[in-house]
Amino acid sequence: MNNNLQQQHDRTMVRVQQGLVRRYRQEKRFQRIGLGAIVLGLVFVSFLFISIIANGYTAFQQTYVKLDINFDPELIAPVGETDPEVLSKANYGGLVKKTMREMFPDVSSRREKKVLYGLVSTGASYQLRDMVMQDPALIGTRQSVWVPADDDVDMLIKGHIDLNVPESDRRIKNNQMVWIQSLQAEDRIEKRFNTTFFTAGDSREPELSGIKGAVHGSFFTLMICLLISFPVGVAAAVYLEEFAPKNRWTDIIEVNINNLAAVPSIVFGLLGLAVFINFFGLPRSVPLVGGLVLALMTLPTIIIASRAALKSVPPSIREAALGVGASPMQTITHHVLPLAMPGMLTGTIIGMAQALGETAPLLMIGMVAFIVDIPGGPFDPSAVLPVQIYLWADSPERAFVERTSAAIMVLLAFLISMNLLAVWLRKKFERRW
Amino acid sequence: MHSSTLIIVLLGFMTLAYYMGRKRSLNLVSGRVRDLHSLPSYYGIHTALWCGVPALILFVLWISFEGAVVTGMVVDNLPQEIQELPPERLNLVLNDIRNLAQGDIVSQAVDETMQGAADHYSSLLRISDMALFVVALSVAILGGLFAQRSINRHQRARNRVEKAINFFLVSSSSLAIFTTIGIVLSVLFESIRFFQQIPVTEFIFGLEWSPQTAIRADQVGSSGVFGAIPLFAGTFLITLIAMFVAVPIGLMSAIYMAEYAGKRFRALAKPVLEVLAGIPTVVYGFFAALTVAPFFRDMGTSLGLSVSSESALAAGVVMGIMIIPFVSSLSDDVINAVPQAMRDGSYGLGATRSETIRQVIIPAALPGIVGGVLLAVSRAIGETMIVVMAAGLSANLTANPLEAVTTVTVQIVTLLVGDQEFDSAKTLAAFALALVLFTITLALNMIALHIVRKYREQYE
Repeated sequence: MNNNLQQQHDRTMVRVQQGLVRRYRQEKRFQRIGLGAIVLGLVFVSFLFISIIANGYTAFQQTYVKLDINFDPELIAPVGETDPEVLSKANYGGLVKKTMREMFPDVSSRREKKVLYGLVSTGASYQLRDMVMQDPALIGTRQSVWVPADDDVDMLIKGHIDLNVPESDRRIKNNQMVWIQSLQAEDRIEKRFNTTFFTAGDSREPELSGIKGAVHGSFFTLMICLLISFPVGVAAAVYLEEFAPKNRWTDIIEVNINNLAAVPSIVFGLLGLAVFINFFGLPRSVPLVGGLVLALMTLPTIIIASRAALKSVPPSIREAALGVGASPMQTITHHVLPLAMPGMLTGTIIGMAQALGETAPLLMIGMVAFIVDIPGGPFDPSAVLPVQIYLWADSPERAFVERTSAAIMVLLAFLISMNLLAVWLRKKFERRW
Repeated sequence: MHSSTLIIVLLGFMTLAYYMGRKRSLNLVSGRVRDLHSLPSYYGIHTALWCGVPALILFVLWISFEGAVVTGMVVDNLPQEIQELPPERLNLVLNDIRNLAQGDIVSQAVDETMQGAADHYSSLLRISDMALFVVALSVAILGGLFAQRSINRHQRARNRVEKAINFFLVSSSSLAIFTTIGIVLSVLFESIRFFQQIPVTEFIFGLEWSPQTAIRADQVGSSGVFGAIPLFAGTFLITLIAMFVAVPIGLMSAIYMAEYAGKRFRALAKPVLEVLAGIPTVVYGFFAALTVAPFFRDMGTSLGLSVSSESALAAGVVMGIMIIPFVSSLSDDVINAVPQAMRDGSYGLGATRSETIRQVIIPAALPGIVGGVLLAVSRAIGETMIVVMAAGLSANLTANPLEAVTTVTVQIVTLLVGDQEFDSAKTLAAFALALVLFTITLALNMIALHIVRKYREQYE
């Protein structure tokens, strides 16, 4: 009998032992799948960053061509002319063309000449105009000037154009290749840091376009957004957390805030279109309206974070203040709010980062217009950084691809520094009670 | 800027009013603060509020209605035949007048009446600006003076200020409600107007979507059919692909983070994964269109498949990548909320870790996980930029992920971006789509939040 039990026990042990190998194998496999999932996620992050950086880093350089410009008084204005009216209207494009003709005297047919002129950017004539306007004494002299090259030339120099493709499918033709090679032989082509990218607004010409207008637009939009959403968000959080009676109305408000946090952002854009633009008649594509829409969108984030910050202030602080005779409002403004402020600021920065990257609602309120001027205030039409990225991503020119990636790098740099600031704030002021 | 100067001047006045009110209260009791009802600074704030708030309210109202009033006055002065134009033509004329007044390019030849109207328009704007400046400042001065005069020893300044603050707090928290009401009303009204032109049944059950309405009668392919089924199908397909990517990866990484990962690995991997959550969607869209879609297309070609360069697959996969951190952080929360006692019980019976996870933790956390997935689905449905940049524009009723499909959000964007007349069925259709989008995401959120809350209560 005892023996029988022993046998049974042994059998069970054998089965358990046999199963154990399988179970441990399963355990290993499961753990590997989990690790694989995380590694896959990390691979995605790095792949995304590598692809953006690899596409975009070249945009921080721009190809320039050296031209020996003869500031011909016949083409501009007589020597000694200083009237800005006359100087600004002179034929600087002709000056560039004439120089190009002189450099390549054997180009004769009309069509070839046109192709030749296309080697330098149309921005070259503006550059010459600014030079002459600044220093009219240049008229009649001969100067070496570095002017931006056309975007196709730029792409060739950066190696983005495959020369093995048949000529008809190539943006750079064989005759252009010959000219560019002779320019290179004379050291007349050079890559320099692309300052235009940071100092210009949008442009149809990739080599003349920059992100300054979009950065300014984003700044004004975020300012409006912050000015509205921060005080209102904090006030709402204070009311709900400290003063609100527990009743139906506050229940509705709470459910509402949680739901608003999950409403698709594009719906906020439609709200802005219907209310701010069609009902109040505010102008389209201005940072004011963009900021208002984004403020409504980020409010739930700020309210939720601020409430968490208020919750973390221990009740003893309130009781002490009330005990020495402060009114409830004084308790909050003098004692609770300052202690909760770091948490609220962290939440606000995260909300602002979210607003900075938001695109869809701004498309709805017309912030997709092509705007060259750099906005000077929240009432000027402007683009914002993410919308600029969207617009450039839609452009067919190869040169805009690298500019899009570069603009994304700038946007990500802003976002990462905002998030780091939030983390730093939290670390620095975090308090355990 | 005119209005920003006004704001700055008003702020200056408020500061001045603060000091004047404070000083007067101190003077009244010749410096003996104990004789005052409230602290002197409350009298200051009270005066400053009286000075600033009415003027600011006036300013906001003025700015809000200035455009409409001025436009109305310009229209009243236009010749009869222009006034009787249909609304959209009249709008065009008004736009020209505005552009002319600002010195921009106009769409038609400038004649005498146009120039006159533009001059009238800009002079009205100037007058309005001046009037606002004068009126707002005098309101501020009068308000400040009134409050300063009324200060006396027994005035309950603190209570009044606190009442004002309380009013601000209550109205701030009600803004959430007004936003929701605003969304519902703005979407609903336009949708009703849409459904007056297109029957609801055709919209919801129609199999063909082609919103371009013909300008000329003989145009081909511009029928203006609004059957939204292909859009719903496309949205569903892309969401499904995204979930196939996001749920396994997100869930498994959450499980690994919560149950297996060491402290240092966690501290390193978690923030990196959270980076994915902070990347703007327009960046994902660019990534999808530039890198992922061509990659899938080339891979398809080498396998002998024809993959569209705007395939649902590319958009869906990238959207899935975007949602991974969302799923993983929600699952992480619910997995951590499962009480340790349940794990210990399972280990005590001899279960391995993976068995504990699969047979104890996941079943216990399931409601929370389902809630999180539902939130992720609502996120994917409402996601706009990735699909606008990487998915197609033409409505294709297909279940093949290698073909191009379009989604609800893509159509809203294409219908509303660019020139629009506000009464055409085409524009109104966008609002009807938004109504559907809002309703579905709202329902999903409600259900998800309900499940998550129920689940939390269970273990607390």
